[in-house]
Amino acid sequence: MLRRPLLFPLLGLFLAASTGSAADLSAPIQALKAIAKDGQGQVEAIAAVRVIEQADAADLPVLLAAMDDANPLALNWLRGAYETIASRPGAKLPTEALTAFLNDRSHLPQARRLAYDTLKSVDPGLEDRLIPTLLDDPSGELRRDAVAYTMKAAEKLAADGKKDEAARKYAAALTGAVDEDQVKKLAEVLKGYDQKVNLVEHYGFLTQWKLIGPFDNKDKKGFDVASPPESELAFDKIYDGLPGADGKPLQVKWRDLASEDEMGLFDVNKLFEKHMGATVYTTTEFDSATAQAVEFRLGTSNAWKLWLNGEQLFAREEYHRGMFLDQYLVRGKLKAGKNVLLVKLLQNEQTEEWAQDWSFQFRVTDFSGRAIHPSKPVAAK
Amino acid sequence: MRLHTTLAALLCLTSPLLADWRQFRGNDANGVAEGPAAPTTFSDTQNMAWKVELPGRGLSSPIVVGDKVFLSACSGPRQDRLHVICFNAKDGAQLWQRQFWATGRTLCHPKTCVAAPTPCSDGKRVFAVFSSNDAVCLDLEGNLQWCRALAIDSPNASNSLGMSSSPVVVDDTLCVMVECDAESFTTGLDAASGTTRWKLDRPRRANWTSPGIMRGKDGAQDHVLVQSSAGVIAVEPKSGKIAWDYKDGASTTPSLVVSQQVAYVPSHGVTALRQSPTGSDVPEMVWRAEGVNPGTGSPLVFKNALYVVARGGVLNRIDPKDGAKVWQTRLKGDFSSSAVAAGDHLYCFSEDGTGQVITLQDDAGEVTHTHNLGETILCTPAISDGAIYVRSDQHLWKIATK
Repeated sequence: MLRRPLLFPLLGLFLAASTGSAADLSAPIQALKAIAKDGQGQVEAIAAVRVIEQADAADLPVLLAAMDDANPLALNWLRGAYETIASRPGAKLPTEALTAFLNDRSHLPQARRLAYDTLKSVDPGLEDRLIPTLLDDPSGELRRDAVAYTMKAAEKLAADGKKDEAARKYAAALTGAVDEDQVKKLAEVLKGYDQKVNLVEHYGFLTQWKLIGPFDNKDKKGFDVASPPESELAFDKIYDGLPGADGKPLQVKWRDLASEDEMGLFDVNKLFEKHMGATVYTTTEFDSATAQAVEFRLGTSNAWKLWLNGEQLFAREEYHRGMFLDQYLVRGKLKAGKNVLLVKLLQNEQTEEWAQDWSFQFRVTDFSGRAIHPSKPVAAK
Repeated sequence: MRLHTTLAALLCLTSPLLADWRQFRGNDANGVAEGPAAPTTFSDTQNMAWKVELPGRGLSSPIVVGDKVFLSACSGPRQDRLHVICFNAKDGAQLWQRQFWATGRTLCHPKTCVAAPTPCSDGKRVFAVFSSNDAVCLDLEGNLQWCRALAIDSPNASNSLGMSSSPVVVDDTLCVMVECDAESFTTGLDAASGTTRWKLDRPRRANWTSPGIMRGKDGAQDHVLVQSSAGVIAVEPKSGKIAWDYKDGASTTPSLVVSQQVAYVPSHGVTALRQSPTGSDVPEMVWRAEGVNPGTGSPLVFKNALYVVARGGVLNRIDPKDGAKVWQTRLKGDFSSSAVAAGDHLYCFSEDGTGQVITLQDDAGEVTHTHNLGETILCTPAISDGAIYVRSDQHLWKIATK
C-alpha cells in the first residue's frame, strides 16, 4: 500500500540529483528499471517518473537507450515518460540523435520503432527514404512496414505490365514477412507467378517428431501426473498407458511421426489415434549453430507443457479456447549443438464437436518471429 | 440562506459527476444516464455532433469525465500496441494519446480484441486495462501515474479467446477481474499507486463478466460484486474481505446489474439477490425468473423496470419486484453490447451497426428510430450530458443535438 509521505523524500532525492541534463536522469531511470513483478519498486517508480517527465526533449535518446536492457514492465514506464516529454507543446525534438538511434540496429527494436514514430511525426518524407531499406531489419514492426511498402511497389510494377520485376519484388517482400496476413497474401500472389512458397520452410515449423501415448488424462487428472517420458526419453522402452477396453493398460511405445501439412500442423487424431481423456508426449531434437535466445511458438487448443533440455519452460492448462498461429510465445535459451524439446499434449473429455481437436503446431524463431532453422535437419523417417 | 448556499455548492460539486460516464455501463455500472435526455433520432446528418477516426481496434466503451472523452484501442498485427486516447467532448479533437506495449498474451478470437475492457475513472485519473492484463493509470492530462503488468505477475492468467472484464474503481481501489481457465484471480489495486491491496483466488473457468457495484445504503460501505460460474461474491473494495457469497452459479458472459441494493444476476435465468438484513454471509434470494435468459448484453434497471435483451434480440421488460414478465418486443439483429438508458428511452446498437431507440411505456416498448452507422458495433455506448458516444474498430461518434 502506498504511504504518500514517502513520495516526497524520494522525489527530493531524485530532484537533488537532477538538473535537467541527460546524465542526471540516471538515478530516476534506474528506479524505473528496478520495477519488478507484483508491484515491487512501484512507489519509487512513481517518484522517478515525476522527475523524468520534467526533462528536456534533448534527453529523449537517453530514455530510448535506457530501454535496451529494461524489463517489459519498465519499458512501459519509460515509454510513458518519453511520450509525456515528446508531446509537450513546443518540444524541440533532437532529430539528429533520434535518427542515429533509429539507424543503430543494435538497439532494442521497440525503442527504435518509437524513435521512428517520433521522427515521422515531424518528417513526412522519412517513410519513403527509410522504410524500403528495412526488409531485413531486426524490428518486426519496421520490417512489416517495409514488406507493405515493397508489396505496393510490386503491385505498381504488375499494373504497369512489368511482370518479371513485380515477381522479384513480391519475392523480396516475402523475405521480410512473418505476419500471417502478409505471408498468406504474398504466397497467394506468388502462386500467380508460378512460384510456390514453402510455408513450412518459411515459418520454420518443426514437422518431424517422435510421439508416445496415450497416457491417462481422465477427469483432466493427467496434467500434474509425471508419466515416464518426463523422466526419461528411452525410445526402445514400452510403458503402461491408459486403460484399454478390457481395463488393462495399453502398452505404449515411441513412434516416428511427421506432418505433411503446409502449415506444419500435427493432428494427433489423424496422425496417431483418437482418444479422449488422454495424454501424449512428443519430442524432437533441434540442433543450434550457436547458443542463442529464441522464442518457441506453439499453437494448440489443448493443455500442454514444454520442456527444453529437461527443464520445464511453461505449462498451460486450458482446453478448447481456440487455436491460432503463434498462439503461445515462450522464450528460452538454446545451447550450441543438440537440444531436446519435449511437449506434453493433453486432451480432455468434452463431447462437443468443436472440442475434438487434438493438435499442435510448433516453430522456433527470433523475438520478431523470423524462423530459426536447425543447423542440422532432423532426419526424415 | 446558508442552507441554500450549501445546496448550491453541493450541486456544483456533484453535477459534473452526474454528467460523467466513468466506466463500463456508467458511474454505477448500471447503464443508466443521469442528466438531460439524449437524441431520439439521428442519422449521418442529423444530431451527429462529430465522428473521428481511431488508430486501432476496440470493443471497449468510451468514458466521459468532464469535457473529455477517453477511449482505449489496440493496433499492430498481434494487437500488442495499446492505446489510450483523450478527445475533446465538444468537437472531437484529439487532446492526447499514449501508447504502451502489451506484456501479456494478445491473440484473441477474431471477433474480439485486446482493447475489450472499458477504461474507468475516479474523476482524477483514468485506468485502462487490456486483455493482455496490462493495467495503466494516467492523469486526465495523459501523464503516466503508474502501470502494472499483471501477466508478468501471473503468467498463466490469460484466455486464448481473449479477456474482456472491465474494471471498476470504488473506494480508491481499482478492482480488476482476471478470471480464466488457468491462473484465475480478482485483485484490488490502490488507485493512487497501483500497488496490490488484495488478491482473491477465483474459480478456474473462463469469465468475461464485469464487476457490479452495490452502493452502501445510508452511508454503509459500497461493495463490488464479482460474478463467475460459481455465483457472486460481494467484496469490500479496500480490504478484499468477502461480505457475502452466492454459490448457485451464474453466467460467465452477461454481467449483473444493481439497483436499490438488489442485484439482478444472470443466474438460472435472472435471480434477484439482496444482502441479508441479519448480516449473514449468504444473500437473500428475492425472486428467480427462469424463463428470462440474458444474451451477451447485460440487463439494466431503469425507472422501476428491469430490461433484459435475450438471445435473438428479444427485449423483455420485467417487474423488478417479483420477476414477472410485463412485455416483450423484438429488436433488430444480434447484440454483443449492452443496452443503456436515458430520458424515456433505451439505446441499443446491434452488431451490424444499427442504433435502435426504444420508446418505453408501461404496457409496451417500441423501436421508434433506427439508423445504421455502417460499421460493426460491439461496444456498449456511453451517454453523458445528453450525448451518446459509440465506437467501432475504426471510428468514434458523438450523437447529440449540436
